[in-house]
Amino acid sequence: MTQAANPVPAIAVQSLTVSFGEGAARIHAVKGVSFAVAEGEVFGIVGESGSGKSTILRVISGLHRDWSGTLTVRGAPVGIRRSKQFYKLVQMVFQDPYGSLHPRQTVDQILAEGLFVQGMGDRERRIQRALYDVGLPAAFRFRYPHQLSGGQRQRVAIARALILEPRILLLDEPTSSLDVSVQAEILNLLRHLRMQQRLSCLLVSHNLAVIAHMCDRLAVMNAGRIVEELDAAQLRAGRADHPYTRQLMRASKGYDRKTAAALVSYD
Amino acid sequence: MSQRAEKPLGWRRWLLAETPWSRLQAELGQAYLAALSFARNRLAIVGLSLVLLLLLIALFAPLLATHAPDAQNLTMRLHPPGAAAWFGTDELGRDIYSRIIYGSRITLGIVSLVIILVGPLGLVIGCAAGYLGGWLDTVMMRLTDVFLAFPRLILALAFVAAIGPGIENAVIAIALTAWPPYARVARAETIALRHSDFVSAARLQGAGALRIIRRQIVPLCVSSVIVRLTLDMSGIILTAAGLGFLGLGAQPPSPEWGAMISSGRRFILDQWWVAFFPGLAICLAGLGFNLLGDGLRDVLDPKQR
Amino acid sequence: MTGGSSAPLLEVEDLRIGFRSPHGVVEAVRGIDFSVGREKLGIVGESGSGKTCTGRAILRLLPDHAELSARRFVFDGTDLLASSEHDMRRIRGRRISMIMQDPKFSLNPVMTVGAQIAEAYATHARTNSREARRRALAMLEAVRIRDPERVFAAYAHELSGGMGQRVMIAMMLITDPDLLIADEPCSALDVTVQMQVLAIIDDLVRQRGMGLIFISHDLNLVASFCDRVLVMYGGQIVESCAAAELHRAAHPYTRGLLAALPRLERPVEELAVLERDPAWLRPQERVAR
Repeated sequence: MTQAANPVPAIAVQSLTVSFGEGAARIHAVKGVSFAVAEGEVFGIVGESGSGKSTILRVISGLHRDWSGTLTVRGAPVGIRRSKQFYKLVQMVFQDPYGSLHPRQTVDQILAEGLFVQGMGDRERRIQRALYDVGLPAAFRFRYPHQLSGGQRQRVAIARALILEPRILLLDEPTSSLDVSVQAEILNLLRHLRMQQRLSCLLVSHNLAVIAHMCDRLAVMNAGRIVEELDAAQLRAGRADHPYTRQLMRASKGYDRKTAAALVSYD
Repeated sequence: MSQRAEKPLGWRRWLLAETPWSRLQAELGQAYLAALSFARNRLAIVGLSLVLLLLLIALFAPLLATHAPDAQNLTMRLHPPGAAAWFGTDELGRDIYSRIIYGSRITLGIVSLVIILVGPLGLVIGCAAGYLGGWLDTVMMRLTDVFLAFPRLILALAFVAAIGPGIENAVIAIALTAWPPYARVARAETIALRHSDFVSAARLQGAGALRIIRRQIVPLCVSSVIVRLTLDMSGIILTAAGLGFLGLGAQPPSPEWGAMISSGRRFILDQWWVAFFPGLAICLAGLGFNLLGDGLRDVLDPKQR
Repeated sequence: MTGGSSAPLLEVEDLRIGFRSPHGVVEAVRGIDFSVGREKLGIVGESGSGKTCTGRAILRLLPDHAELSARRFVFDGTDLLASSEHDMRRIRGRRISMIMQDPKFSLNPVMTVGAQIAEAYATHARTNSREARRRALAMLEAVRIRDPERVFAAYAHELSGGMGQRVMIAMMLITDPDLLIADEPCSALDVTVQMQVLAIIDDLVRQRGMGLIFISHDLNLVASFCDRVLVMYGGQIVESCAAAELHRAAHPYTRGLLAALPRLERPVEELAVLERDPAWLRPQERVAR
């Protein structure tokens, strides 16, 4: 699990810079960020909206193409364009389970699509297996997304990512649009699956408690920069150095009039 | 009796099953639900009936007609509607009722040819331009701007004038002038869908642009194009009739409705039936397609749900 | 009555809300009793629990196919069920205001926010435009906007989420209502912004002696912010307690929700999963609250 055991990290990002827009309206969303996700590790990025955390996922997954810096996945450098083979290695789960499934396709079609594209045979068995893995009854195979609850949809989205047998899973706020009780089920499922399939994960969330629950190590982002990198135990023990992290922890504990009065902007 | 009542119930249950056991069952179930909601719209049913009636008339024209459409009887010129000729006769003594019955074949022929040409063309151009963007989008959209800048009938007139009058050329002219609005509709929908998460997910599975357009985007754009096409059908029928009226579409003696009105306009004050009945036929056909389109929009358009 | 020190502002007994659908009437709220005084009352529940319907029912802002009934539904002496639409318009905004989740959808995009706040004031107080403008600016200052003149002249799309929500609060409070309903007022905001917005609501509610109904899915937030909490499940109130006592909740649903939350200070291998008991959905004996 440690970097010493396997020196080649699953994902390594070096001085990543991402900008949007042109000319005077150009915004730097990510400003020289570096971090590494070790093989088999769950690495978390926590931050508020606009901190650039989701942009990093979009760069790694190849959805955002305007970036500079170096990115290596399992030791191999990755450019702007991605190959089909890349997506057999890296898969992603999106935040909104209502938007990430095609409204006119059955669960069966949604799961089969990736197998077709990647030319993977034995589809019947793989689809049944994927549904079983994410805890959905086989009978759900021919349902449409609108016949599923939010949690069931997110399970389908996870099944779609895992059916290609990736080694790296990118998770973009996978539970933030779900109810608390469903969030617990999905987080348990993700934890179980990543142990079972020995996945390396990069989890992005605004929720410190979710990050602490899921991750081995985490980075705290603010305004496009990583302000601090620490492990889950340090976070739980409150041993954060940067005042921004400490403020985030205080604010996450619930409402307190005094804390609210003491909030500062760290932009 | 009881068995009879049970059988459709069993089918209904199979169609509405919460957990379909095959893709076919799931798709039929969805189609059944759509049909149910379509059937609740009375006007849509009226529209569907009119369109079906038109289809049946065209199909069984030889059985329904009382005379041959181009049989002249100069002793019966401009005969008013009556037992001998239900809708009267025209200036050459041809039976107007029979001509309208046969004319439905021409109208339906034009309509179906235009659908086959325009629907896929507009859909493909719009989806490709919307999804790929860049110079392709710019070129395609400026091209549609050029087409949209002219009134459709004027543009169709220009095309027919250039390639010569005739029914086939009229169809080509109408199709050439009709595709840009569909491309616009498809493009607007595609742009709204392009950055949705399910398209991103398809990209992350390694699917190429062509496959994403075909599998993810077109199925969602096709319904609004169908709706628009049905609503536009009356306009297409009118354009075809307009070309016929101006003598640039179907040529005499073919019983095209627009051409019939054109020849009847000389007698419109004294022998009203010559122009009235073809006009009524155009009206009813247009109304049928319009009502059908409205009903289809309620069922198919995802934004209306 | 655990929290209210004065006579209740709003009394609700056996409130039922159903929605007519092709498959019959779907019940969203199934007979709930509660009252609100000049206090902060939290309503927590997951999606589909009926909490949002309850909030909207108080302003009679339910869609046409909804059916509303109650044995008692009284706001400050006015029977809300018997009131005409005309009477309701006088109550909405002036006596009871509502803050919704996303200010982007609640503000008029083609009017400056200042004009909207001033209009809200002018329609209720029947005053001239200069006075309305003065009050609007004062209200923007009260929600701690640093540069009220600039925000007054801005359009909704030019504001950040936190700023937009402050503007909404200013607009809803300028008429000095007696009861404020806040439906997930900060779920779209970052935690730190959320804290600041809550502090503004907290101060204003306290200073003006208003009643507040705070509808949220976030148990922690409600427990730390409100005086009293109602927990809703399947259209019923399954638990009612003082907010500070929420961690000692008795109902298995509330306890299940609390256990399902990952917590910084309490590491677990596996999060507790809520086992839903169909018995929770059966009508319950009315407990005196």
